[in-house]
Amino acid sequence: MTDAIVVEDVRKRYGEKAALDGLNLRVGRGTVHGLLGPNGSGKTTAVRILTTLLRPDAGRVQVAGCDVLRQAARVRGRIGLLGQHAALDEELGGRQNLEMFGRLHHLGARRARVRADELLDRFGLTDTGGKQVKRYSGGMRRRLDLAASLITEPEVLFLDEPTTGLDPRGRAEVWASVRSLVGGGTTVLLTTQYLEEADQLADRISVVDRGRVIADGTADELKARTGGDRIDVVLRDSGRLGAAVALLPFAAENVSVDTDRRLFSAPVTNRMSALTQVVRALEAAGIEAEDIALRRPTLDEVFLHLTGRSTETAAQKAAAQEAAAQETAAQQTAAQDAARAGEVV
Amino acid sequence: MSTVSTASTTDAVREGDGGNSVVLALSDFWTMTRRELAHWGRQPVQVAVGVVFPVMILLMFGYLIGGGRDVDGDYIDYLVPGTLALTMAFGLESTVIAVTRDLNKGVIDRFRSMPMANGAVLVGRSAADMLQSALSLAVMIGAGYAIGWRTHTTAGGFLGAVGLLLLFRFAMLWIGIHLALVAGKPELVQAVQILVWPVGFLSNAIATPRSMPDWLGTVVQWNPLSRTATAVRDLTSGVGGEPGHVWAAVLCPLALLAVFFPLALRRFTGLSH
Repeated sequence: MTDAIVVEDVRKRYGEKAALDGLNLRVGRGTVHGLLGPNGSGKTTAVRILTTLLRPDAGRVQVAGCDVLRQAARVRGRIGLLGQHAALDEELGGRQNLEMFGRLHHLGARRARVRADELLDRFGLTDTGGKQVKRYSGGMRRRLDLAASLITEPEVLFLDEPTTGLDPRGRAEVWASVRSLVGGGTTVLLTTQYLEEADQLADRISVVDRGRVIADGTADELKARTGGDRIDVVLRDSGRLGAAVALLPFAAENVSVDTDRRLFSAPVTNRMSALTQVVRALEAAGIEAEDIALRRPTLDEVFLHLTGRSTETAAQKAAAQEAAAQETAAQQTAAQDAARAGEVV
Repeated sequence: MSTVSTASTTDAVREGDGGNSVVLALSDFWTMTRRELAHWGRQPVQVAVGVVFPVMILLMFGYLIGGGRDVDGDYIDYLVPGTLALTMAFGLESTVIAVTRDLNKGVIDRFRSMPMANGAVLVGRSAADMLQSALSLAVMIGAGYAIGWRTHTTAGGFLGAVGLLLLFRFAMLWIGIHLALVAGKPELVQAVQILVWPVGFLSNAIATPRSMPDWLGTVVQWNPLSRTATAVRDLTSGVGGEPGHVWAAVLCPLALLAVFFPLALRRFTGLSH
């Protein structure tokens, strides 16, 4: 059986700037594939080409066994798209939206109505089906959007940054919904800026930079290549950072030290044993720690490893780190929420 | 490029579920028209304001500002057909607003990634705008009679006048769609909202060209709006009418359509390039 998505040497230019510069991608049927990259790396351009919204300048693109240029209509009948911005009619109610999209998929009036009710029920939106979409919360809107992408149970589903702009609760809801789809044999292509999201949802991940894939593999393979998880330790006294780093019980290469924030960060292989080892070593040496956290590498760190250059300028970096810290906090809440939201879906 | 988009259009219709392609396309057109009508249901106040506004213009010029203006006959008989045509011209604004709003929402991407008939979005827009304009016309004609408009015409002549007005509106509709597709930005809406006023009033809708400087009178007579207004006068009360203008009022909107209809369609199917 052929792959669900085949992208060969696809190029797309906007004026001087190459949005896609020889992109290659293969996604097996029934798998979830993550396309990971910073803003402007070409993720959305790739999704727009795959969903027939945009024509590539060169290259070959197949979705569900059909050529996106020559068999665009066939492709459209087999895909679902969850774009970066909610693709809904904000003036209409949730049920009206789903019925309209069902009719446009040529289900006929009665089946469109039945399908709308099924999907509202499945995504926990039955009570709010009559409410105008513009009065929905971010998470509800995203769930309705996802429901609209699933009207015909598509063979291939495209999710373009499905959780960008959502709060942790909304993110957990979307993650739980996506997980519930995977069992049904749907192929999913997911773009994201968050390694954690790709890690949670995707079987395989391709890292995209400047319009081409610079690395791919399973989440574990990628993390192994980028130094895996990290431990962040904040000390009470920045003067003792050097002493603390010297104490590290495991290979201390690739340790970063930030004196202003009294923080050092080191890669770890075994999360739990690393945590206990560090705590014990610091205690034994009488070095007071204010905070210790285990976390996934940030996208910026993955990038630094793969490209030797940062995704951001130095000024933006602090903000990114802060966001990453919030990420970790958010994920803990999200994981709990996901368990609860799982019942909804 | 045009051959590719034509092929994909027919393909899109055929694909559905093997049903009759014409039936599927009609069903898409109807679904998109229903969508626009559902919007009315959600915003009754906006629709009402849209209908009442032209009546205000009529009353304003009928009683507040107008009067006489070098007209051979009753000014009301001259003014009512003029404001009817003006109302059709101002419809351009609501078309531009609606298309721009759609284009700047993600929903257009969903429509375009679905196996629906190409252009059904535009058909829905046309149907809704034409219905709204027909409603507007009915209210305006009622208001016209209420303030003393007297028509001396046959039923055929009257219906012909209404037909000319709607034809003119249809031309404005496709100009509006084309403008919105070309610019695609909310800033355009503002520009159009301002520009419809001078372009609308640079016509014989409110005042006769005789009351204007010669050069201005010439410009005014070339305005397609003037041709429709004159023809409607000719077909109803006769005040301000000029025999022979009916053909001009048929051909002028048709010429505009011949230019802007294909341009807009091409622009819409080519959004992806």
